[in-house]
Amino acid sequence: MAIVTMSGKSVAVNPLKQSQPLGAALAFLGLRGTMPLFHGSQGCTAFAKVFLVRHFREAIPLATTAMSEVSTILGGEENIEQAIAAIIAKNQPELIGLLTTGLTETRGDDMAGILQRIRNRHPELAELPIVSVSTPDFKGALQDGFAAAVTAVVKQLPESGEVRPQQVTVLVGSASGPGDIQEIKEIIADFGLRAIVTPDLSTSLDGHLAQSYQTVSSGGTSVEQLRAIGCSSHTLALGESMRPAAMALQNRFGTPVTVFPGLSSLGAIDQFFMTLAELSGQPVPHKYRYQRTQLQDAMLDTHFFFGRKQVALALEPDLLWAIVQFFQSMGSQVQTAVTTTKSPLLEQLPVDRVTIGDLEDFEQQARGADLLVGNSHLGAIASRWQTPLYRLGFPVFDRLGNGQRCIVGYRGMMQLLFEVGNLFLEQELLLANH
Amino acid sequence: MKLTQGQINTLLSESACKHNHHKHGKSKNKTCTQTAQPGTAQGGCAFDGASIALVPITDAAHLVHGAIGCAGNSWGSRGSLSSGPMVYKTGFTTDLGENDIIFGGEKKLYRAILEIKDRHSPAAIFVYATCITALIGDDLDAVCQKAAAKTGIPIIPVNSPGFIGSKNLGNRVGGESLLAHVIGTREPDFTTPYDINLIGEYNIAGELWAVLPLLQKLGIRVLAKITGDGRYHDIACAHRAKLNVMICSKALINMARTMEERYGIPYIEESFYGAADLNRCLRHIAAKLGDAELQLRVENLIASETAKLTQDLLPYRARLKGKRVVLYTGGVKSWSIISAAQDLGITVCATSTKKSTEEDKARIRELLGQEGIMLEKGNAQELLRVIDQTQADMLIAGGRNQYTALKAKIPFLDINQERHHPYAGYTGLLELAKELDEALHSPVWQQVRQPAPWEVD
Repeated sequence: MAIVTMSGKSVAVNPLKQSQPLGAALAFLGLRGTMPLFHGSQGCTAFAKVFLVRHFREAIPLATTAMSEVSTILGGEENIEQAIAAIIAKNQPELIGLLTTGLTETRGDDMAGILQRIRNRHPELAELPIVSVSTPDFKGALQDGFAAAVTAVVKQLPESGEVRPQQVTVLVGSASGPGDIQEIKEIIADFGLRAIVTPDLSTSLDGHLAQSYQTVSSGGTSVEQLRAIGCSSHTLALGESMRPAAMALQNRFGTPVTVFPGLSSLGAIDQFFMTLAELSGQPVPHKYRYQRTQLQDAMLDTHFFFGRKQVALALEPDLLWAIVQFFQSMGSQVQTAVTTTKSPLLEQLPVDRVTIGDLEDFEQQARGADLLVGNSHLGAIASRWQTPLYRLGFPVFDRLGNGQRCIVGYRGMMQLLFEVGNLFLEQELLLANH
Repeated sequence: MKLTQGQINTLLSESACKHNHHKHGKSKNKTCTQTAQPGTAQGGCAFDGASIALVPITDAAHLVHGAIGCAGNSWGSRGSLSSGPMVYKTGFTTDLGENDIIFGGEKKLYRAILEIKDRHSPAAIFVYATCITALIGDDLDAVCQKAAAKTGIPIIPVNSPGFIGSKNLGNRVGGESLLAHVIGTREPDFTTPYDINLIGEYNIAGELWAVLPLLQKLGIRVLAKITGDGRYHDIACAHRAKLNVMICSKALINMARTMEERYGIPYIEESFYGAADLNRCLRHIAAKLGDAELQLRVENLIASETAKLTQDLLPYRARLKGKRVVLYTGGVKSWSIISAAQDLGITVCATSTKKSTEEDKARIRELLGQEGIMLEKGNAQELLRVIDQTQADMLIAGGRNQYTALKAKIPFLDINQERHHPYAGYTGLLELAKELDEALHSPVWQQVRQPAPWEVD
């Protein structure tokens, strides 16, 4: 059980967290044909765009309501209306994800009222879903904004209908990248289940060549699939942050929920497979039984390098949970845990202390660690200390392949073991030679 | 110094900026006054622009007074390098929460400044206003004044809420802060007749370091670098320079003009890209400083550098000759890069003139010849159409268009501020040639364009 502390400073130094609107935009990018629309000044969108392009190395469609000083004083209704009209004319979206920012939340734009009036004035919008979500920059972090967007989507789009026994909804939090989602989809399909993965970054930000140039998200969950979520027989929530969205579906449709806080340790993965076996009535396919033996073999080979190691983690709560499990299950000790935002998971973490803070806090606590785990901003600390760094979270701008990396499931955990194990191994050889 | 709407308008209609001189049909050229349109992605905001202009001051701390979105999503992403102090790379923000918004952020800002001074001892602290802190009415000037008295170091307010306008305006807002609070506040230890300031050069990918050795060889002293690899104290002394050299940018023209009015320092607008332009730049500096001996040294330097460069470029010129490129970038670079490309024997089939002045356009017309296309507007689809129409071999543009080209399987070179290779100076032209050669002749092009064998009959 961990003691959760917040740093009491007046200044954040080298912030670890990003803002809610960025997270919400990322979630919307996992829905097909979507244009995320930031209701704020043009810079809110520009920063988010540069950030996501650097991480994924993909074109990122985003739009802004371009609030000016004057429109901030008068209210944003006209800008939102113009933006929606322009997006429809230029991009023919299947869905618009409208998210607020610190600017418009401070001003206090009444989004529900504004959207209602715009819809009244424009009957031609009747068929176009516009999902609005409140994501002030001055609260929470990327993970919260992502979760808020998913919750808003499942509160609005799914329709009730006859339950389809073979259909499950999979809500995936911001801790999972496109590569992780691809693996999860494959596993579920191998049980003969039809999964509606929401949001599905594995077909939008995975990196693939499309036939023509896309001005909205090039893949992801379709509106039709989102509507069908009401008919799913079960909701699998990956990441604790997806629980509120899953509960919203349970309240609306009575869909039972199972939450998996992480899928990067043997016990957690086993549980995931058992749940799928139960839901599908199928035995675990041979392919995965075999992969499990490969993983166990890898655990034996690598445990020499993980044992007694002190690791320092700077990750968002969901990812922090999964990675703490990963390291502890291999015999490493979590020396430092710094995170971005509140989560019910934090107090349950099997570590002494978790700090909601920045990289200055991290640097003060993590000295002497054998390995740092966190985003690319940790690179400066790692090179000053000559300590190996495993890059994870957002943003990772100095490593390639963020659209494909997989750390979940038997195969994903095995890859993670090798990648991290190699860092330990390299460091040991380096020290042995000095 | 809170900017009033009047002051913002003055910055937007900057009299020395050629953008504001020529009428187009009925209306004025609205490059700077144009506001962002709702419904598409737009460039950065005024806060972004002010950061671009000031963050390269390496021994200062840069504190963003706002919610996490402004600093959290952007810190550490700029490519401006330092030869010494690293405090500018640290991301500082007051990270305002809901309570701060309700009760005001001034006290937190004051404490934040003191904490930075205690723990990081910067030469100065620049404090950036953002949309939220402007909206809730925090008095940045008053807090900075009080904190300066308490800490004994300069605390500079930068009035840059994003909603006042574009990145361009933000650059000028940054320049205004330097003019109002920094320049002329200190005296240099000594001066020479060959002191110049560089304005608008941000040392992206270390470009400055390809040019400074040349100036040094000529006996020209760069008093203040504004702001790439800049030092606070040097910029405070900038009013003692004999000449301001504006590099590839109209962004800080307000500084050059004001310094001419206030301190009588003349200015010239130059480019470091391409041998022809760099030669011209060095000649202009020597002519302005008015020393026959210096002019002779410049001619000797140009002769020896270009002789060496010509030799080094030989193999690349052969491989690049006749290649066709489409150039998509802003303002001065729309011609300065054409000149660099032509130095290498490359044909520029089309270039953007979106942010160019009439003067720039005349120059582009002259450089491109009659067949060249001048793109007034540009979005991804339009760019792809022009590349197709002109049968260009590659696109040279800013990073945001990288995936436009790559997804269409077209070679691409990044020319804007996120890039990792320095293209300025004589060595920069060689680097540019190598990069172009690599981009154009990579073996991947043939492979990614090859259809899958089962798709061929």
